[in-house]
Amino acid sequence: MEAKDIHQKLKDKFQDAILEFNEEVLQPYVVVAPDKTDEIAEFLRDDADLQFDYLNSVSGLDLGENLGVVYHLYSMTKKHKIVIKTEVPKEKPDVKTVSHIWRTADWHEREAYDLLGINFVNHPDLRRILLPDDWEGHPLRKDYVPQESWHGIPTTLKKEEKDDQQQ
Amino acid sequence: MTNSNNFPEARYELVNPDPLKTDEYVLNMGPQHPSTHGVLRVLLKTDGEIIESATPYIGYLHRTFEKHAEYMTWPQIVPYVDRMDYLASMNNDLGYALAVEKLIGLEVNERAQYLRVIVAELNRIASHLVFLGTYGLDVGAFTPFLYAFRERERIVDLFEEISGARLLYNYIWIGGVAWDAPEGWLDRVDDFLDYFNPKIKEYNDLLSYNKIFIERTANVGVIPADLAINYGLSGPSLRGSGVKFDLRKDDPYCIYDRFEFEACVGSGLKGTVGDTWDRYFVRIQEMVESVKIIRQALKQIPDGDPKETVPKNVRVPKGEIYFRSETPRGELGYYIVSNGGKNPVRVKVRAPAFSNLSIIQAIAPGLMVADLVATLGSLDIVLGEIDR
Repeated sequence: MEAKDIHQKLKDKFQDAILEFNEEVLQPYVVVAPDKTDEIAEFLRDDADLQFDYLNSVSGLDLGENLGVVYHLYSMTKKHKIVIKTEVPKEKPDVKTVSHIWRTADWHEREAYDLLGINFVNHPDLRRILLPDDWEGHPLRKDYVPQESWHGIPTTLKKEEKDDQQQ
Repeated sequence: MTNSNNFPEARYELVNPDPLKTDEYVLNMGPQHPSTHGVLRVLLKTDGEIIESATPYIGYLHRTFEKHAEYMTWPQIVPYVDRMDYLASMNNDLGYALAVEKLIGLEVNERAQYLRVIVAELNRIASHLVFLGTYGLDVGAFTPFLYAFRERERIVDLFEEISGARLLYNYIWIGGVAWDAPEGWLDRVDDFLDYFNPKIKEYNDLLSYNKIFIERTANVGVIPADLAINYGLSGPSLRGSGVKFDLRKDDPYCIYDRFEFEACVGSGLKGTVGDTWDRYFVRIQEMVESVKIIRQALKQIPDGDPKETVPKNVRVPKGEIYFRSETPRGELGYYIVSNGGKNPVRVKVRAPAFSNLSIIQAIAPGLMVADLVATLGSLDIVLGEIDR
């Protein structure tokens, strides 16, 4: 199925929750509402024409004002792919989880939470995955400032040490 | 401080306690443990020898690759991706270079393409040899390790000759490769293949069809195909469950569509489809297929200058791409966003072993502790790319 038809099928079913479609890019994408991702995901997986049974990855990214979540999907049976995107404001970064639809999303969503602070609503086990549990902040945000030390271990070089290294 | 002990009240409120039921035993496997192939901690709750739940904890090797990438120029990132899956650096480089080239719309020199396939497939063999050796160690067979590393050494020597390094190569660059092959190198690869091909029978006699090995691995840690797909498994771990899916065939990239080879799948030869023996044997068969690919590539490789298409300044237009390629561990995906600047806005890596490892929570319950070691080993994880 072409991206155009996939978008049409989603649009017929979810109407207002499908915000944008762009096929002028290398990989066409559909932008959806963040509070409907779980329903849309279920439809994408279970619909007989779509059958997106394989979730490649869930990526979070910092878009400046907003945080973005990008899902790359593939169908093992139908051999087609689609990119689903959604955006949330930084003040209230709530996205519905899809971890019960594709278990791949479990760890990928934890990673996006860990590194970008995106809150996946209804995720069964949303805690940090790569960084220590008591780390402060979310490093992949563009405005992130690292904490100076963690349990007495310095995390950044002091100014003198930096100068030493440059020499 | 608030109540911080780990004894919830519910512990004492069992209505009808089973008189034979004993306490669960909490066991930390790792972070330093040979069977975890790196620094991985698995928190096990066991009932005697039987596992009730297993929770992996990762991140011990987190080197903030994705944050680093935002401060690097495009060619500077190549040595960093080397260090993710350090057993298959060539394949990691290849995926990254292809992703960026696709964003730029760059056509790569023919000779460079063939050199890339040759080194990538050699690296696949080397990586599977490490798997073969260490997996033998996992289940208590010490000899195969020495045999596997004997052959791997030859491949590493070939890599040293072509790239100057033995582990982290920085050989495949955006737009081509770092150097042309030295004189006679291609013949030496051919010699190596002649030497290597008969060795596979040796491995099979030593390990694959060894009765004790089969007892340890057949019918253990069975992953059904639908569960494997739902957990996003890829590579040999997915094909071991009988799913015939190989990106080199199903979503061809580079020049893989010019070669004849098979995507190997598990067939339940010694037990059930999707058991650890199947996943092991898929990798053995893949080495044979890699040899086939390299032989064809050696026949077809044209003359030319493989550095011809390497750009002096890498300028990547605004755009984004998710590019996936087949490494020895499975689907390595790069999601790269560019705004036209000199460094990327975001490089997200979908590491195959990251998803492959996550299934351990689903299949561990009910296994014996020793079988978990066999199952974990059969997924062939590399913590360097899980933690990035």
